[in-house]
Amino acid sequence: MTIRPDHFRQALQRTPFHDRMVALSTSEEWMAWNTYKVPRVVDKLSSEYFAVRSGCAVMDLTPMEKYRITGSDALAYLDRLVVRDISGLRPGRVTYVVWCNDAGKVIDDGTLFQLGENDYRLCSQHHQLDWLRLSAAGFDVDISVETHAVAALAVQGPTACSVLQAAGVTGLETVKPFDIIETRCHDLPVLVSRTGYTGDLGYELWMRPEQALGLWDRIFAVRDRFDIHAMGLSALEMVRIEAGFIMPGFDFNTAEAAIRNDYDRSPFEVGLGWVVSLDKGHFTGRKALLEEKSRPPRRRLTKIIVEGNKPVGEAFIYNRVRGRQIGEVKCWTWSPILKKNLAFADINLVRGKLPRRLWARIDYQRELKWHSTWAECHATAKPFYSPDHRSQTPPPRY
Amino acid sequence: MTDRKSAIVIGAGHNGLVTAAYLARAGLDTLVVEAADEPGGMAAPICLGDIYHFPGLANLAYPLAPELRDELDLDDFGYAPGGAIDTVALAADGKHLTIGRNQVTGEGLSPADIAAYPAFRERYLEFARALQPLFKAKPPRLKGMDFADRSTLARLGWKVRAGLGREAMYEFLRVAGMNIYDILNETFADDRLKGAIAAEAVMGSAMGPRSPGTVWTWLQWLQGELNGPLTTVRRDQAGLVRALVASAEAAGASIRCNARVDRILIDDGVASGISLADGEVLAADVVVSSADPRTTFTQLVGAPQLDAMFANRVSQVRGAGVVTKILLALRNKPVIEGLPEEQLGSRFLVAPSMRYVERAFNHSKYGEYSDRFVLDFSIPSIVDESLAPAGRHFMSVNAAFTPYALKAGWDNAKDGLLQAVLRQLGHYVRDLDALILEREVLTPADIESRYHAVAGHWHHGELSLHQSFMLRPLYGAAQYDTPIDNLYLCGAGCHPGGGLTGLPGRSAAKRIIKLGAGR
Repeated sequence: MTIRPDHFRQALQRTPFHDRMVALSTSEEWMAWNTYKVPRVVDKLSSEYFAVRSGCAVMDLTPMEKYRITGSDALAYLDRLVVRDISGLRPGRVTYVVWCNDAGKVIDDGTLFQLGENDYRLCSQHHQLDWLRLSAAGFDVDISVETHAVAALAVQGPTACSVLQAAGVTGLETVKPFDIIETRCHDLPVLVSRTGYTGDLGYELWMRPEQALGLWDRIFAVRDRFDIHAMGLSALEMVRIEAGFIMPGFDFNTAEAAIRNDYDRSPFEVGLGWVVSLDKGHFTGRKALLEEKSRPPRRRLTKIIVEGNKPVGEAFIYNRVRGRQIGEVKCWTWSPILKKNLAFADINLVRGKLPRRLWARIDYQRELKWHSTWAECHATAKPFYSPDHRSQTPPPRY
Repeated sequence: MTDRKSAIVIGAGHNGLVTAAYLARAGLDTLVVEAADEPGGMAAPICLGDIYHFPGLANLAYPLAPELRDELDLDDFGYAPGGAIDTVALAADGKHLTIGRNQVTGEGLSPADIAAYPAFRERYLEFARALQPLFKAKPPRLKGMDFADRSTLARLGWKVRAGLGREAMYEFLRVAGMNIYDILNETFADDRLKGAIAAEAVMGSAMGPRSPGTVWTWLQWLQGELNGPLTTVRRDQAGLVRALVASAEAAGASIRCNARVDRILIDDGVASGISLADGEVLAADVVVSSADPRTTFTQLVGAPQLDAMFANRVSQVRGAGVVTKILLALRNKPVIEGLPEEQLGSRFLVAPSMRYVERAFNHSKYGEYSDRFVLDFSIPSIVDESLAPAGRHFMSVNAAFTPYALKAGWDNAKDGLLQAVLRQLGHYVRDLDALILEREVLTPADIESRYHAVAGHWHHGELSLHQSFMLRPLYGAAQYDTPIDNLYLCGAGCHPGGGLTGLPGRSAAKRIIKLGAGR
């Protein structure tokens, strides 16, 4: 990528889809995401949210960090990097991974795409090049940044498959969750993975930046037959909480960002124990995690349903009304589809167990006057929202 | 797989032998494996023309600590430190200085310098004495201290505060992190004297007199002085290696030479043995490596078995050799211009001023060497005639600063270096060229390949403050144990560091025995 001499006049980069987003934006609510200008809301939050849940939403994913990892030691390298056993990953498959520092604290999570033999793409929320390179000593791997060289578009919602088929993408019927296919949309080559951050049926499209607008236009060309909305990050925040997906750096401090002692979190503490394979051989943080596993867990990022409809906000969690403070809400949303307040809360455990009763103290404003109320919370282990069509192959046709 | 050992020690250098002797005495079935064809490591003799026996890399040694001699009965096994020698700071005009333990003499010295010298030595020996508890124990952890750590710190605190007294303690705290250049300028006027002490402080380190922490490196050198006077080495390091081998073998340890370790075998995060270069596998309950920690972790263990940040810290350990060893077999007893013959057994320094030393160091920072070397040499055959055939002699020269990472590479540079060193030595040694029968040059690159010490560093890592105590060799492996269970370190890369002290080996063995490993 060449840097223009007047680059400083433009604080944020434009993604390849930017012109189309500008054309659709009525709210003009923009925000920065990883040095790119992206919409917080394109048109209306509610229509974008409902597009994901009952139609089709299209979101620009280009700013997501993307790394290409190749070389004869690529698998051994990744196996030492991430806490999950990835030896079962095959070309054409994606898996969710988490990586930790030596102390077994989470640095970031991401999706790992195996594109071919010794050829992987790792997508993450935060910039990871330094950690990836630091971890590469002693391995024959090549790590390059693909963030700016690959345009990415999420097409999510119950009609996503039908929309893409109508737009001309072929071969989707047999694509199972976490599959990748190399296919075409008419004349345009595109890589499609059945992945997403919405908890709904959905696909992510990966393409060269010069093909970005062509693909966008083919998808939006079927708007006469389908309800398709461009979506911003605010709607994504709602649906990802409904789906029970955590966001490192927001729901908990990542290890590389934590300054204060004990402000970082292990995978066990954020509910990611299921991706930790302590018996797979050595990986960074294994010794620390083995040690942690030998003691009862101290706290856990917990999915809770908060009673009532008051905005939960940045509430503290107590063991009873006016009781002892035992945790705090890290993120929340009102779920229009479930008609419930949903939240992730960091809660201290008692002898490894969640306290029986959880109460949130909610401070809220009514006509600019602050009020306080108590709402009981109910922990749940499952995703708040997970429709059947999310994992059906072939997906329902519309 | 053959019979399982309690402990395998990698490397039969003096620290490896010390560790093996202690472990064997504690009842562990101990095997030492050594890549070379005889034990001793850098202290093993080097033969030239089959008749000259150079006592390894070192040409000087301090006596071993009394605890070590006593605990391993080394004196009974033939260890005897040599006699005291002086240091002579050579001057091109023949006005050499003789620097003894308590006095300095020489033409042109001011009465003030002569008077200041004994007080200065005594003060720094006091500092060295105050630090002794730290050097003879494992480095204390600051978090989660055990009793031994508390006791070390208590003794250190007592020695620094009560032993030194208030005024000396303030002075100690002031100078401990400083550079030797400023301290010597505060104390002395004579360039020759300052240059010689500065050279002693930086010899072996990639530091000049103005580098921070060179008071610290000198205080480490002076630790040896607490055990007795500096001696020149004699055959087989005054029996050191033979005594250690005998002591270890008497306790039941066995030593296997010509056995180069290929890998340390690790089973589910636990060291389970070693494999040799020829493919043979040897199982052990405990593996103890006296190899350079960088070699141990990056080559013998391998990054895939280590956490990423730890592996990264290993790669950041500072320590690249800057000293070339030159061994010269001489036809006759040499003559040094302006030096009485009875002083020929001294240790000689060519470091006429601190500026000279600093300038020699400067070149090394840029991958070059100055042909005005800092030289530290002696003629051990004067003291121990058995080292050379009758009437013949040899000279052992340390030439600094010759960087490991020479910009031009060492492959074709050795001869030029030798000629440059000989040219400079020729200013002091009469008719040197005519005297030389044989020569051997060991650049830092040669030292690396011969002794498997990364970048040819004598001490397996710079003796700087940031690599001392609980940071030596690095955070995460500073108390001889490592992130790999049942794998321990015992070499010069560990606290308290390099030199012919045996202290890293002793503290490592005590730690292993204390932890009950190998039983």
